[in-house]
Amino acid sequence: MNLHSLFKRDVTRRTVLTAGQVVPDPIRCVQCGICSYSCPINIDVRQHAWLGKPIIDSHCLTCGECVARCPRGVLRFEQIDVFKGAD
Amino acid sequence: MNQYLIIGSGVASISAAEAIRSKDPEAQIKLLSDDRHGYYSRPGLAYYLTGEVPGDQLYSYPPQAYKLLNAKFLRGHATRILESDHVVEVDKGIFNIPYDKLLLAVGSYALKPVVPGIELQGVVKLDHLQDAKHIIALAKKSRKAVVVGGGITALELAEGLVANRVKVHYILRGDRYWGNVLDETESKIIEQRMKEDRISIQYHAELAEILGKNGKVVGIQLVSGEQIKCDIVAVAIGIKPRLELATASGITVDRGILTDEYMQTNLQDIYAAGDVAQSLDTASGKRVLDTLWDPAREQGWTAGLNMAGVKTPYRKSPAFNVTRLAGLTTTIIGQVGGGQDSDIYGIARGDSETWRDIPDAIVAQNGFNVNRLRLMVGEKHIMGAVVMGDQSLSTIIQRIIANQMDITPIRAKLLEQGATIADVLVKYWTELTLSNKELAPTSIYQS
Repeated sequence: MNLHSLFKRDVTRRTVLTAGQVVPDPIRCVQCGICSYSCPINIDVRQHAWLGKPIIDSHCLTCGECVARCPRGVLRFEQIDVFKGAD
Repeated sequence: MNQYLIIGSGVASISAAEAIRSKDPEAQIKLLSDDRHGYYSRPGLAYYLTGEVPGDQLYSYPPQAYKLLNAKFLRGHATRILESDHVVEVDKGIFNIPYDKLLLAVGSYALKPVVPGIELQGVVKLDHLQDAKHIIALAKKSRKAVVVGGGITALELAEGLVANRVKVHYILRGDRYWGNVLDETESKIIEQRMKEDRISIQYHAELAEILGKNGKVVGIQLVSGEQIKCDIVAVAIGIKPRLELATASGITVDRGILTDEYMQTNLQDIYAAGDVAQSLDTASGKRVLDTLWDPAREQGWTAGLNMAGVKTPYRKSPAFNVTRLAGLTTTIIGQVGGGQDSDIYGIARGDSETWRDIPDAIVAQNGFNVNRLRLMVGEKHIMGAVVMGDQSLSTIIQRIIANQMDITPIRAKLLEQGATIADVLVKYWTELTLSNKELAPTSIYQS
Protein backbone atom coordinates (compact mmCIF):
# COMPACT_ATOMS: atom_id res chain seq x y z
CA MET A 1 0.00 0.00 0.00
CA ASN A 2 1.43 3.39 -0.89
CA LEU A 3 1.00 6.64 0.97
CA HIS A 4 -1.66 7.95 -1.37
CA SER A 5 -3.93 4.95 -0.96
CA LEU A 6 -3.46 5.07 2.80
CA PHE A 7 -4.74 8.64 2.96
CA LYS A 8 -7.45 7.96 0.43
CA ARG A 9 -8.68 5.11 2.61
CA ASP A 10 -8.81 7.41 5.59
CA VAL A 11 -10.87 9.99 3.73
CA THR A 12 -13.23 7.27 2.51
CA ARG A 13 -13.60 6.00 6.04
CA ARG A 14 -14.51 9.44 7.39
CA THR A 15 -16.99 10.00 4.60
CA VAL A 16 -18.65 6.70 5.33
CA LEU A 17 -18.88 7.41 9.04
CA THR A 18 -20.58 10.71 8.49
CA ALA A 19 -22.67 10.20 5.41
CA GLY A 20 -22.70 6.57 4.36
CA GLN A 21 -24.94 3.57 4.58
CA VAL A 22 -24.59 -0.08 3.69
CA VAL A 23 -26.54 -1.04 0.57
CA PRO A 24 -27.07 -4.62 -0.67
CA ASP A 25 -27.17 -5.93 -4.22
CA PRO A 26 -29.75 -8.72 -3.68
CA ILE A 27 -29.03 -10.75 -6.81
CA ARG A 28 -25.51 -11.46 -5.54
CA CYS A 29 -26.76 -12.65 -2.14
CA VAL A 30 -27.23 -16.30 -1.19
CA GLN A 31 -28.33 -15.64 2.40
CA CYS A 32 -25.31 -17.34 3.99
CA GLY A 33 -25.56 -15.00 6.96
CA ILE A 34 -21.88 -14.12 7.41
CA CYS A 35 -22.93 -10.44 7.42
CA SER A 36 -25.43 -10.78 10.28
CA TYR A 37 -22.99 -13.03 12.15
CA SER A 38 -20.23 -10.41 11.84
CA CYS A 39 -22.33 -7.44 12.90
CA PRO A 40 -21.10 -6.28 16.33
CA ILE A 41 -24.54 -5.00 17.27
CA ASN A 42 -26.56 -7.87 15.80
CA ILE A 43 -28.31 -6.09 12.97
CA ASP A 44 -29.87 -8.69 10.68
CA VAL A 45 -28.04 -7.44 7.60
CA ARG A 46 -28.98 -10.58 5.71
CA GLN A 47 -32.70 -9.85 5.99
CA HIS A 48 -32.06 -6.38 4.54
CA ALA A 49 -30.29 -8.05 1.62
CA TRP A 50 -33.23 -10.42 1.10
CA LEU A 51 -35.62 -7.50 0.98
CA GLY A 52 -33.21 -5.38 -1.06
CA LYS A 53 -33.24 -2.58 1.50
CA PRO A 54 -30.34 -0.43 2.68
CA ILE A 55 -29.27 -0.78 6.31
CA ILE A 56 -31.15 2.20 7.59
CA ASP A 57 -30.95 1.07 11.23
CA SER A 58 -29.88 4.13 13.17
CA HIS A 59 -27.71 1.92 15.38
CA CYS A 60 -25.53 0.86 12.43
CA LEU A 61 -21.96 1.89 13.21
CA THR A 62 -20.93 1.71 9.52
CA CYS A 63 -17.98 -0.26 10.84
CA GLY A 64 -17.76 -2.15 7.55
CA GLU A 65 -17.44 -5.64 9.03
CA CYS A 66 -20.35 -6.96 6.96
CA VAL A 67 -19.06 -5.28 3.78
CA ALA A 68 -15.58 -6.71 4.26
CA ARG A 69 -16.61 -10.22 5.21
CA CYS A 70 -19.31 -10.87 2.62
CA PRO A 71 -17.78 -13.54 0.36
CA ARG A 72 -19.81 -12.48 -2.67
CA GLY A 73 -19.45 -8.71 -2.72
CA VAL A 74 -23.15 -8.16 -1.97
CA LEU A 75 -22.69 -5.14 0.28
CA ARG A 76 -21.23 -1.76 -0.44
CA PHE A 77 -21.15 1.65 1.14
CA GLU A 78 -23.19 4.27 -0.56
CA GLN A 79 -22.96 7.90 0.24
CA ILE A 80 -26.17 9.55 1.36
CA ASP A 81 -26.60 13.20 0.80
CA VAL A 82 -27.21 14.40 4.33
CA PHE A 83 -27.97 17.90 3.10
CA LYS A 84 -30.50 16.76 0.54
CA GLY A 85 -33.66 18.80 0.78
CA ALA A 86 -31.96 21.55 2.73
CA ASP A 87 -31.53 23.81 -0.26
CA MET B 1 -60.10 -20.42 0.32
CA ASN B 2 -57.42 -21.54 -2.11
CA GLN B 3 -55.14 -24.38 -1.10
CA TYR B 4 -51.56 -24.12 -2.31
CA LEU B 5 -49.11 -26.94 -1.92
CA ILE B 6 -45.38 -26.46 -2.47
CA ILE B 7 -43.13 -29.49 -2.52
CA GLY B 8 -39.57 -28.66 -1.51
CA SER B 9 -38.02 -26.37 1.07
CA GLY B 10 -35.37 -24.45 -0.83
CA VAL B 11 -35.30 -20.84 -1.91
CA ALA B 12 -37.68 -21.39 -4.85
CA SER B 13 -40.29 -22.75 -2.41
CA ILE B 14 -39.96 -19.91 0.08
CA SER B 15 -40.02 -17.33 -2.69
CA ALA B 16 -43.16 -18.89 -4.20
CA ALA B 17 -44.85 -18.89 -0.80
CA GLU B 18 -43.98 -15.21 -0.35
CA ALA B 19 -45.41 -14.36 -3.77
CA ILE B 20 -48.63 -16.26 -3.08
CA ARG B 21 -49.01 -14.61 0.31
CA SER B 22 -48.46 -11.17 -1.22
CA LYS B 23 -51.44 -11.73 -3.52
CA ASP B 24 -53.71 -13.94 -1.44
CA PRO B 25 -53.73 -13.09 2.28
CA GLU B 26 -56.37 -15.75 3.05
CA ALA B 27 -54.71 -18.62 1.19
CA GLN B 28 -53.80 -21.85 2.88
CA ILE B 29 -50.14 -22.48 2.01
CA LYS B 30 -48.45 -25.78 2.79
CA LEU B 31 -44.80 -26.67 2.19
CA LEU B 32 -43.92 -30.35 2.13
CA SER B 33 -40.31 -31.50 2.35
CA ASP B 34 -38.30 -34.55 3.28
CA ASP B 35 -35.28 -32.47 4.31
CA ARG B 36 -35.43 -32.39 8.09
CA HIS B 37 -33.47 -29.16 8.18
CA GLY B 38 -36.14 -27.26 6.27
CA TYR B 39 -35.16 -23.98 4.63
CA TYR B 40 -31.58 -22.81 4.96
CA SER B 41 -28.91 -21.27 2.77
CA ARG B 42 -27.64 -24.12 0.65
CA PRO B 43 -24.76 -22.09 -0.87
CA GLY B 44 -23.81 -21.11 2.68
CA LEU B 45 -22.74 -24.72 3.34
CA ALA B 46 -19.34 -23.83 1.83
CA TYR B 47 -18.78 -21.17 4.50
CA TYR B 48 -20.00 -23.51 7.22
CA LEU B 49 -17.38 -26.01 6.08
CA THR B 50 -14.63 -23.39 6.25
CA GLY B 51 -15.78 -22.35 9.71
CA GLU B 52 -16.67 -18.79 8.70
CA VAL B 53 -20.21 -19.20 9.87
CA PRO B 54 -21.79 -21.61 12.38
CA GLY B 55 -24.34 -24.13 11.11
CA ASP B 56 -27.23 -22.53 13.00
CA GLN B 57 -26.59 -19.26 11.21
CA LEU B 58 -27.51 -20.84 7.87
CA TYR B 59 -31.21 -20.76 8.79
CA SER B 60 -31.80 -17.48 7.10
CA TYR B 61 -35.47 -16.82 7.58
CA PRO B 62 -36.18 -14.86 10.77
CA PRO B 63 -39.16 -15.77 13.02
CA GLN B 64 -41.10 -12.64 12.10
CA ALA B 65 -40.85 -13.55 8.42
CA TYR B 66 -42.25 -17.03 9.14
CA LYS B 67 -45.09 -15.38 11.01
CA LEU B 68 -45.87 -13.10 8.08
CA LEU B 69 -45.70 -16.01 5.66
CA ASN B 70 -48.22 -17.92 7.77
CA ALA B 71 -47.56 -21.21 6.00
CA LYS B 72 -47.70 -24.75 7.29
CA PHE B 73 -44.48 -26.81 7.07
CA LEU B 74 -44.93 -30.56 6.73
CA ARG B 75 -42.37 -33.39 6.76
CA GLY B 76 -42.81 -36.20 4.30
CA HIS B 77 -41.82 -37.58 0.94
CA ALA B 78 -44.23 -36.99 -1.93
CA THR B 79 -44.47 -40.21 -3.91
CA ARG B 80 -47.15 -39.48 -6.50
CA ILE B 81 -49.47 -36.79 -7.78
CA LEU B 82 -53.03 -37.86 -8.49
CA GLU B 83 -53.78 -35.11 -10.94
CA SER B 84 -57.43 -35.85 -11.60
CA ASP B 85 -58.19 -35.74 -7.84
CA HIS B 86 -55.83 -32.79 -7.19
CA VAL B 87 -54.15 -34.76 -4.43
CA VAL B 88 -50.50 -35.52 -3.57
CA GLU B 89 -49.76 -38.92 -2.09
CA VAL B 90 -47.18 -38.78 0.70
CA ASP B 91 -44.95 -41.66 1.83
CA LYS B 92 -46.70 -44.15 -0.45
CA GLY B 93 -50.17 -43.38 0.82
CA ILE B 94 -49.60 -42.79 4.55
CA PHE B 95 -51.47 -39.56 4.00
CA ASN B 96 -52.69 -37.44 1.12
CA ILE B 97 -52.64 -33.66 0.73
CA PRO B 98 -55.24 -31.97 -1.47
CA TYR B 99 -54.31 -28.90 -3.52
CA ASP B 100 -55.79 -26.37 -5.89
CA LYS B 101 -52.37 -25.30 -7.18
CA LEU B 102 -49.19 -27.30 -6.82
CA LEU B 103 -45.53 -26.30 -7.15
CA LEU B 104 -42.71 -28.77 -7.60
CA ALA B 105 -39.50 -27.24 -6.31
CA VAL B 106 -37.78 -30.42 -5.23
CA GLY B 107 -34.29 -29.44 -6.35
CA SER B 108 -31.52 -31.73 -7.47
CA TYR B 109 -29.06 -34.19 -6.03
CA ALA B 110 -25.34 -34.81 -6.37
CA LEU B 111 -24.30 -37.50 -8.82
CA LYS B 112 -21.86 -40.12 -7.67
CA PRO B 113 -19.24 -41.66 -9.91
CA VAL B 114 -20.04 -45.22 -10.92
CA VAL B 115 -16.94 -46.95 -9.59
CA PRO B 116 -16.34 -49.88 -7.25
CA GLY B 117 -16.20 -48.77 -3.62
CA ILE B 118 -18.52 -45.77 -3.95
CA GLU B 119 -20.64 -47.10 -1.05
CA LEU B 120 -17.71 -47.14 1.38
CA GLN B 121 -17.77 -45.09 4.56
CA GLY B 122 -15.72 -41.96 3.93
CA VAL B 123 -17.14 -41.14 0.50
CA VAL B 124 -18.79 -37.74 0.84
CA LYS B 125 -20.72 -35.21 -1.24
CA LEU B 126 -22.02 -31.72 -0.50
CA ASP B 127 -25.76 -31.59 -1.03
CA HIS B 128 -27.37 -30.89 2.32
CA LEU B 129 -26.63 -29.48 5.74
CA GLN B 130 -26.46 -33.09 6.89
CA ASP B 131 -23.62 -33.74 4.43
CA ALA B 132 -21.66 -30.73 5.70
CA LYS B 133 -22.07 -31.84 9.33
CA HIS B 134 -20.95 -35.32 8.33
CA ILE B 135 -17.84 -33.97 6.57
CA ILE B 136 -16.85 -31.87 9.58
CA ALA B 137 -17.26 -34.85 11.92
CA LEU B 138 -15.33 -37.14 9.57
CA ALA B 139 -12.53 -34.60 9.13
CA LYS B 140 -11.76 -34.74 12.84
CA LYS B 141 -10.55 -38.32 12.49
CA SER B 142 -9.10 -38.14 8.99
CA ARG B 143 -5.73 -37.12 7.65
CA LYS B 144 -5.98 -37.09 3.90
CA ALA B 145 -8.77 -36.58 1.39
CA VAL B 146 -8.97 -36.95 -2.36
CA VAL B 147 -11.36 -34.58 -4.13
CA VAL B 148 -12.87 -35.78 -7.40
CA GLY B 149 -14.83 -33.61 -9.79
CA GLY B 150 -15.02 -30.03 -10.94
CA GLY B 151 -16.85 -26.72 -10.73
CA ILE B 152 -17.59 -24.70 -7.64
CA THR B 153 -18.59 -27.57 -5.37
CA ALA B 154 -15.33 -29.49 -5.83
CA LEU B 155 -13.41 -26.40 -4.82
CA GLU B 156 -15.69 -25.77 -1.86
CA LEU B 157 -15.10 -29.32 -0.69
CA ALA B 158 -11.34 -28.99 -1.12
CA GLU B 159 -11.19 -25.70 0.79
CA GLY B 160 -13.59 -26.90 3.45
CA LEU B 161 -11.47 -29.97 4.08
CA VAL B 162 -8.27 -27.90 4.23
CA ALA B 163 -9.93 -25.59 6.76
CA ASN B 164 -10.70 -28.70 8.81
CA ARG B 165 -7.02 -29.64 8.77
CA VAL B 166 -7.25 -32.44 6.27
CA LYS B 167 -4.55 -32.76 3.61
CA VAL B 168 -6.21 -32.47 0.22
CA HIS B 169 -5.24 -34.02 -3.08
CA TYR B 170 -7.39 -32.86 -5.99
CA ILE B 171 -7.54 -35.02 -9.10
CA LEU B 172 -8.60 -33.54 -12.44
CA ARG B 173 -9.38 -35.59 -15.53
CA GLY B 174 -8.32 -32.79 -17.83
CA ASP B 175 -5.43 -30.36 -17.81
CA ARG B 176 -7.08 -27.50 -15.94
CA TYR B 177 -9.78 -26.44 -13.49
CA TRP B 178 -13.35 -25.66 -14.70
CA GLY B 179 -12.33 -25.52 -18.34
CA ASN B 180 -15.82 -25.02 -19.75
CA VAL B 181 -16.42 -21.71 -17.95
CA LEU B 182 -13.01 -20.26 -17.14
CA ASP B 183 -10.34 -19.50 -19.71
CA GLU B 184 -6.84 -20.86 -19.37
CA THR B 185 -5.45 -17.91 -17.42
CA GLU B 186 -8.38 -17.89 -15.02
CA SER B 187 -8.00 -21.63 -14.39
CA LYS B 188 -4.30 -21.13 -13.72
CA ILE B 189 -4.96 -18.29 -11.28
CA ILE B 190 -7.35 -20.47 -9.29
CA GLU B 191 -5.04 -23.50 -9.42
CA GLN B 192 -2.12 -21.39 -8.22
CA ARG B 193 -4.17 -20.17 -5.28
CA MET B 194 -5.26 -23.70 -4.46
CA LYS B 195 -1.62 -24.74 -4.38
CA GLU B 196 -0.86 -21.83 -2.06
CA ASP B 197 -3.59 -23.25 0.20
CA ARG B 198 -1.57 -26.51 0.21
CA ILE B 199 -3.97 -28.38 -2.06
CA SER B 200 -1.99 -30.70 -4.32
CA ILE B 201 -3.41 -31.00 -7.83
CA GLN B 202 -2.93 -33.96 -10.15
CA TYR B 203 -3.89 -33.54 -13.80
CA HIS B 204 -5.01 -36.20 -16.29
CA ALA B 205 -6.03 -38.43 -13.41
CA GLU B 206 -9.20 -40.48 -13.56
CA LEU B 207 -10.74 -42.35 -10.68
CA ALA B 208 -11.05 -46.08 -11.32
CA GLU B 209 -11.84 -47.49 -7.91
CA ILE B 210 -12.20 -46.50 -4.28
CA LEU B 211 -10.26 -48.88 -2.08
CA GLY B 212 -11.61 -49.93 1.28
CA LYS B 213 -10.87 -51.97 4.35
CA ASN B 214 -13.53 -53.03 6.87
CA GLY B 215 -16.09 -50.91 5.02
CA LYS B 216 -14.02 -47.74 5.22
CA VAL B 217 -12.10 -45.79 2.60
CA VAL B 218 -8.34 -46.38 2.66
CA GLY B 219 -7.41 -45.01 -0.74
CA ILE B 220 -8.20 -44.72 -4.42
CA GLN B 221 -6.89 -46.26 -7.56
CA LEU B 222 -6.57 -44.28 -10.77
CA VAL B 223 -7.18 -45.65 -14.26
CA SER B 224 -3.39 -45.53 -14.72
CA GLY B 225 -3.08 -48.04 -11.89
CA GLU B 226 -1.56 -45.55 -9.46
CA GLN B 227 -2.85 -45.84 -5.90
CA ILE B 228 -3.26 -42.92 -3.50
CA LYS B 229 -3.86 -43.39 0.21
CA CYS B 230 -6.67 -41.37 1.81
CA ASP B 231 -9.44 -41.56 4.42
CA ILE B 232 -11.98 -39.39 2.61
CA VAL B 233 -13.09 -39.29 -1.01
CA ALA B 234 -15.10 -36.12 -1.70
CA VAL B 235 -17.05 -36.18 -4.96
CA ALA B 236 -18.58 -33.32 -6.95
CA ILE B 237 -19.07 -34.51 -10.50
CA GLY B 238 -22.34 -32.71 -11.18
CA ILE B 239 -25.96 -32.86 -10.19
CA LYS B 240 -29.24 -34.20 -11.47
CA PRO B 241 -32.70 -32.70 -11.04
CA ARG B 242 -35.01 -34.85 -8.90
CA LEU B 243 -37.44 -36.10 -11.51
CA GLU B 244 -38.87 -39.22 -9.86
CA LEU B 245 -42.08 -37.58 -8.64
CA ALA B 246 -42.72 -35.88 -11.96
CA THR B 247 -42.14 -38.98 -14.06
CA ALA B 248 -44.31 -41.08 -11.71
CA SER B 249 -47.12 -38.58 -12.23
CA GLY B 250 -47.22 -38.04 -15.98
CA ILE B 251 -45.39 -34.71 -16.05
CA THR B 252 -43.28 -34.12 -19.14
CA VAL B 253 -39.57 -34.07 -18.42
CA ASP B 254 -36.42 -33.70 -20.43
CA ARG B 255 -33.28 -33.04 -18.36
CA GLY B 256 -35.55 -31.22 -15.91
CA ILE B 257 -39.30 -30.68 -15.62
CA LEU B 258 -40.34 -28.77 -18.72
CA THR B 259 -42.21 -25.54 -18.03
CA ASP B 260 -43.68 -22.78 -20.13
CA GLU B 261 -42.87 -19.12 -19.55
CA TYR B 262 -45.40 -19.05 -16.70
CA MET B 263 -43.52 -21.88 -14.96
CA GLN B 264 -46.43 -24.23 -15.59
CA THR B 265 -45.84 -27.87 -16.50
CA ASN B 266 -47.83 -29.78 -19.11
CA LEU B 267 -50.44 -30.53 -16.41
CA GLN B 268 -53.06 -28.01 -15.35
CA ASP B 269 -52.44 -26.34 -11.97
CA ILE B 270 -48.99 -27.91 -11.58
CA TYR B 271 -45.93 -25.67 -11.72
CA ALA B 272 -42.18 -26.20 -11.32
CA ALA B 273 -39.31 -23.90 -10.25
CA GLY B 274 -35.70 -23.96 -9.15
CA ASP B 275 -33.06 -26.61 -9.90
CA VAL B 276 -35.68 -29.12 -11.03
CA ALA B 277 -37.27 -26.87 -13.65
CA GLN B 278 -36.12 -26.70 -17.24
CA SER B 279 -37.78 -23.42 -17.98
CA LEU B 280 -38.48 -21.63 -21.22
CA ASP B 281 -36.09 -18.82 -21.99
CA THR B 282 -38.26 -16.61 -24.16
CA ALA B 283 -35.26 -14.76 -25.59
CA SER B 284 -33.65 -17.87 -27.09
CA GLY B 285 -36.72 -20.12 -27.29
CA LYS B 286 -34.74 -22.85 -25.55
CA ARG B 287 -35.61 -24.59 -22.32
CA VAL B 288 -32.66 -24.41 -19.96
CA LEU B 289 -31.56 -25.65 -16.56
CA ASP B 290 -30.11 -23.29 -13.98
CA THR B 291 -28.65 -24.35 -10.67
CA LEU B 292 -28.20 -20.90 -9.24
CA TRP B 293 -29.73 -19.29 -6.18
CA ASP B 294 -31.14 -16.13 -7.70
CA PRO B 295 -32.85 -17.70 -10.74
CA ALA B 296 -34.39 -20.22 -8.32
CA ARG B 297 -35.73 -17.35 -6.26
CA GLU B 298 -37.03 -15.54 -9.34
CA GLN B 299 -38.62 -18.67 -10.78
CA GLY B 300 -40.26 -19.44 -7.43
CA TRP B 301 -41.57 -15.90 -7.21
CA THR B 302 -42.93 -16.01 -10.79
CA ALA B 303 -44.53 -19.43 -10.24
CA GLY B 304 -46.13 -18.18 -7.02
CA LEU B 305 -47.64 -15.15 -8.76
CA ASN B 306 -49.05 -17.31 -11.55
CA MET B 307 -50.43 -19.82 -9.06
CA ALA B 308 -52.17 -16.95 -7.29
CA GLY B 309 -53.77 -15.91 -10.58
CA VAL B 310 -51.49 -13.02 -11.50
CA LYS B 311 -50.31 -13.98 -14.96
CA THR B 312 -46.62 -13.12 -15.07
CA PRO B 313 -44.08 -14.42 -17.59
CA TYR B 314 -40.64 -15.46 -16.39
CA ARG B 315 -37.99 -13.31 -17.99
CA LYS B 316 -34.69 -15.01 -17.63
CA SER B 317 -31.87 -12.62 -16.81
CA PRO B 318 -28.42 -13.32 -18.22
CA ALA B 319 -26.89 -16.09 -16.13
CA PHE B 320 -25.14 -14.46 -13.22
CA ASN B 321 -23.23 -15.95 -10.37
CA VAL B 322 -20.86 -14.63 -7.81
CA THR B 323 -18.68 -17.11 -6.07
CA ARG B 324 -15.43 -17.29 -4.21
CA LEU B 325 -12.91 -19.44 -5.99
CA ALA B 326 -9.89 -20.21 -3.85
CA GLY B 327 -10.46 -17.03 -1.88
CA LEU B 328 -10.96 -14.90 -4.97
CA THR B 329 -14.40 -13.36 -5.45
CA THR B 330 -15.45 -14.11 -8.99
CA THR B 331 -18.50 -12.97 -10.91
CA ILE B 332 -19.53 -14.80 -14.04
CA ILE B 333 -22.12 -13.09 -16.22
CA GLY B 334 -23.82 -14.15 -19.43
CA GLN B 335 -22.01 -16.17 -22.07
CA VAL B 336 -18.34 -16.59 -21.39
CA GLY B 337 -17.15 -19.21 -23.80
CA GLY B 338 -17.17 -22.78 -25.00
CA GLY B 339 -14.64 -25.37 -24.00
CA GLN B 340 -15.11 -28.74 -22.41
CA ASP B 341 -14.85 -29.80 -18.81
CA SER B 342 -14.22 -33.47 -18.54
CA ASP B 343 -14.71 -33.32 -14.76
CA ILE B 344 -18.37 -32.39 -14.99
CA TYR B 345 -21.23 -34.32 -16.49
CA GLY B 346 -24.19 -32.20 -17.53
CA ILE B 347 -24.26 -29.17 -15.31
CA ALA B 348 -22.48 -28.40 -12.06
CA ARG B 349 -24.01 -26.67 -9.06
CA GLY B 350 -23.75 -22.90 -9.18
CA ASP B 351 -23.72 -23.15 -12.92
CA SER B 352 -25.85 -22.24 -15.88
CA GLU B 353 -25.97 -23.75 -19.33
CA THR B 354 -25.99 -20.25 -20.83
CA TRP B 355 -22.37 -19.81 -19.83
CA ARG B 356 -21.35 -22.40 -22.36
CA ASP B 357 -23.11 -20.87 -25.35
CA ILE B 358 -20.36 -19.76 -27.64
CA PRO B 359 -21.09 -16.17 -28.53
CA ASP B 360 -20.00 -14.60 -31.76
CA ALA B 361 -17.62 -12.49 -29.81
CA ILE B 362 -14.07 -11.46 -29.33
CA VAL B 363 -12.34 -11.69 -26.01
CA ALA B 364 -10.96 -8.47 -24.64
CA GLN B 365 -9.10 -8.90 -21.43
CA ASN B 366 -7.34 -6.87 -18.90
CA GLY B 367 -5.79 -7.18 -15.51
CA PHE B 368 -3.20 -9.18 -13.71
CA ASN B 369 -2.95 -12.02 -11.29
CA VAL B 370 -5.68 -11.34 -8.73
CA ASN B 371 -7.77 -8.67 -10.44
CA ARG B 372 -8.88 -9.86 -13.78
CA LEU B 373 -11.63 -8.82 -16.11
CA ARG B 374 -12.64 -10.74 -19.19
CA LEU B 375 -15.30 -9.35 -21.49
CA MET B 376 -16.95 -11.12 -24.37
CA VAL B 377 -17.42 -8.27 -26.81
CA GLY B 378 -20.04 -8.92 -29.48
CA GLU B 379 -20.93 -6.83 -32.53
CA LYS B 380 -23.22 -4.45 -30.63
CA HIS B 381 -23.42 -5.84 -27.13
CA ILE B 382 -21.27 -7.22 -24.38
CA MET B 383 -22.24 -10.89 -24.29
CA GLY B 384 -20.62 -11.99 -21.10
CA ALA B 385 -17.91 -11.30 -18.56
CA VAL B 386 -15.77 -12.86 -15.87
CA VAL B 387 -14.72 -10.49 -13.10
CA MET B 388 -12.13 -11.83 -10.69
CA GLY B 389 -10.90 -10.07 -7.59
CA ASP B 390 -12.03 -6.45 -7.42
CA GLN B 391 -15.79 -6.46 -7.87
CA SER B 392 -16.47 -2.76 -8.24
CA LEU B 393 -17.15 -3.17 -11.96
CA SER B 394 -19.24 -6.29 -11.87
CA THR B 395 -22.58 -4.66 -11.09
CA ILE B 396 -22.11 -2.15 -13.90
CA ILE B 397 -21.21 -4.88 -16.38
CA GLN B 398 -24.13 -7.02 -15.25
CA ARG B 399 -26.51 -4.16 -16.01
CA ILE B 400 -24.88 -3.40 -19.36
CA ILE B 401 -25.37 -7.05 -20.32
CA ALA B 402 -28.86 -7.40 -18.82
CA ASN B 403 -30.11 -4.24 -20.55
CA GLN B 404 -28.45 -5.32 -23.81
CA MET B 405 -26.98 -1.88 -24.10
CA ASP B 406 -25.52 -0.80 -27.42
CA ILE B 407 -21.77 -0.58 -26.98
CA THR B 408 -21.00 0.55 -30.54
CA PRO B 409 -19.60 3.92 -29.29
CA ILE B 410 -16.98 2.19 -27.12
CA ARG B 411 -16.44 -1.06 -29.00
CA ALA B 412 -13.30 0.06 -30.82
CA LYS B 413 -11.81 1.43 -27.60
CA LEU B 414 -12.50 -1.84 -25.76
CA LEU B 415 -10.71 -3.85 -28.41
CA GLU B 416 -7.66 -1.59 -28.66
CA GLN B 417 -4.39 -3.23 -27.73
CA GLY B 418 -3.71 -2.53 -24.07
CA ALA B 419 -7.06 -0.79 -23.57
CA THR B 420 -7.96 0.18 -20.03
CA ILE B 421 -11.28 -1.62 -20.19
CA ALA B 422 -12.35 -0.62 -16.71
CA ASP B 423 -11.97 3.11 -17.39
CA VAL B 424 -13.77 2.91 -20.73
CA LEU B 425 -16.69 1.05 -19.16
CA VAL B 426 -17.04 3.32 -16.17
CA LYS B 427 -17.02 6.44 -18.36
CA TYR B 428 -19.59 4.91 -20.70
CA TRP B 429 -21.82 3.85 -17.81
CA THR B 430 -21.59 7.20 -16.01
CA GLU B 431 -22.59 9.13 -19.13
CA LEU B 432 -25.45 6.75 -19.82
CA THR B 433 -26.91 6.76 -16.33
CA LEU B 434 -26.70 10.53 -16.11
CA SER B 435 -28.85 10.82 -19.21
CA ASN B 436 -31.14 7.88 -18.48
CA LYS B 437 -32.24 7.45 -14.88
CA GLU B 438 -34.49 4.49 -15.74
CA LEU B 439 -31.50 2.18 -15.99
CA ALA B 440 -31.36 1.99 -12.23
CA PRO B 441 -32.22 -1.58 -11.22
CA THR B 442 -35.58 -2.43 -9.76
CA SER B 443 -36.39 -5.43 -7.63
CA ILE B 444 -38.98 -7.86 -8.94
CA TYR B 445 -39.94 -8.94 -5.45
CA GLN B 446 -42.47 -6.20 -4.82
CA SER B 447 -46.07 -6.96 -4.06
